[in-house]
Amino acid sequence: MMTNQGNIVTQGQFSFLPPLTDKQISAQLKYALKNGWAIGIEYTDDPHPRNTYWEMFGNPMFDLKDPAGILLEINSCRKTFPNHYIRVTAFNSTRGVESPTMSYIVNRPKKEPGFSLVRQEGAGRSVSYTIHSYATDKPEAERY
Amino acid sequence: MPKQSKNLTSSKDPSIDLDAEFRNTNIQEVLDKLDRELIGLIPVKTRIRETASLLLVDRVRKQLGLSAGAPSLHMCFTGNPGTGKTTVALRMAEILHRLGYVREGHLVSVTRDDLVGQYIGHTAPKTKEVIKKAMGGVLFIDEAYYLYKPENERDYGAESIEILLQTMENNRDDLVVILAGYKDRMDKFFHSNPGMRSRVAHHIDFPDYGADELVSIAKLMLESQNYCFSKAGEEAFGKYIRLRMKSGHFANARSVRNALDRARLRQANRLFSGTKKSLSKNDLITLEAEDILASRVFLEGSPDNKPKTKKTD
Repeated sequence: MMTNQGNIVTQGQFSFLPPLTDKQISAQLKYALKNGWAIGIEYTDDPHPRNTYWEMFGNPMFDLKDPAGILLEINSCRKTFPNHYIRVTAFNSTRGVESPTMSYIVNRPKKEPGFSLVRQEGAGRSVSYTIHSYATDKPEAERY
Repeated sequence: MPKQSKNLTSSKDPSIDLDAEFRNTNIQEVLDKLDRELIGLIPVKTRIRETASLLLVDRVRKQLGLSAGAPSLHMCFTGNPGTGKTTVALRMAEILHRLGYVREGHLVSVTRDDLVGQYIGHTAPKTKEVIKKAMGGVLFIDEAYYLYKPENERDYGAESIEILLQTMENNRDDLVVILAGYKDRMDKFFHSNPGMRSRVAHHIDFPDYGADELVSIAKLMLESQNYCFSKAGEEAFGKYIRLRMKSGHFANARSVRNALDRARLRQANRLFSGTKKSLSKNDLITLEAEDILASRVFLEGSPDNKPKTKKTD
């Protein structure tokens, strides 16, 4: 069984690994570019797993040849949102696929408070469970 | 691989086989191709050879730990239209790629329209997008002097130049910028943008072609289209070129290409309206003197259709 050592949000690829270095990110970007996928950079401060649509940082990047330009953009996103989750998404536009084929987190808040378990009592002693992120108790942009 | 040494005064000086290093990069292949495909342009070829050897020596020096810092590779190509600036830029990208100074070796060719936006806040993302596309390769800015319009102080070109300058300085390893344009206008451009001037290390001037060179270019172009001149046709073309060079709006190799296209048109017309019903392969590929002599240049000293605007290559 896999264990989440650092109590960090694990979603997308490589999320059980230590944070990727810029060199490793470049290598992954290169793989995506080689396959002709468009790359977008997205950020959010709501770590809930059902929060699928993150904000886009700049435009998605088409027709690039070299990862240096994307890395530049990632770093400027990190500078703007040092305490947000930032992920890189590669979109495959091939007809019939037309969906993200790669997605991985490249930046996360320094402290991730994690989630609490919320119980809701329903009719007839039934209980429904859900999770709630401690971070989202605060208003947007003040979470981390 | 030679032994690495950081000690400059080392008694056992490691020797390096420059020739082997040269062969390894397959640079000669590109230079040969340049020689074959580009007629004339001796000063340009010399400069490219010099640049290639500088980069090669630099690379060898690096192996010995004698670093001199990444050389500034941004270039400026000046010359009249049709003198082969774009073609040379393409080869340059290949040479830089072989030498390992750019990672991908592709050429992104842009003009003012691709860099400068139409409203406030449009220019920066537009320029940055182009720069991102060019990373790992060569960014070729055609008619670069249009970027700077001194007569309009609210022009967005200045913003684009600023971003370019910043990238040229900070991302020297990621991309090489080549500016191209007419000599006099580029001089004016550099004069009003001293920052740009100091960041462009190599200025290469493309000379105009001579009449004989243009005839060889024409022959090369025809060859690639599976045509050829008859003997009389070649002579007629030589005469045509000499007359054409004197009239206005002459755009070197581009004018040659247009003249050949018109000659092909006349040849087709001649074959079609001719009495000869069965044509041999030879008839189909040969441009005769009459196809060229029918040009208006011979009648009134002006080309068939005057180009409306000047364009650089």
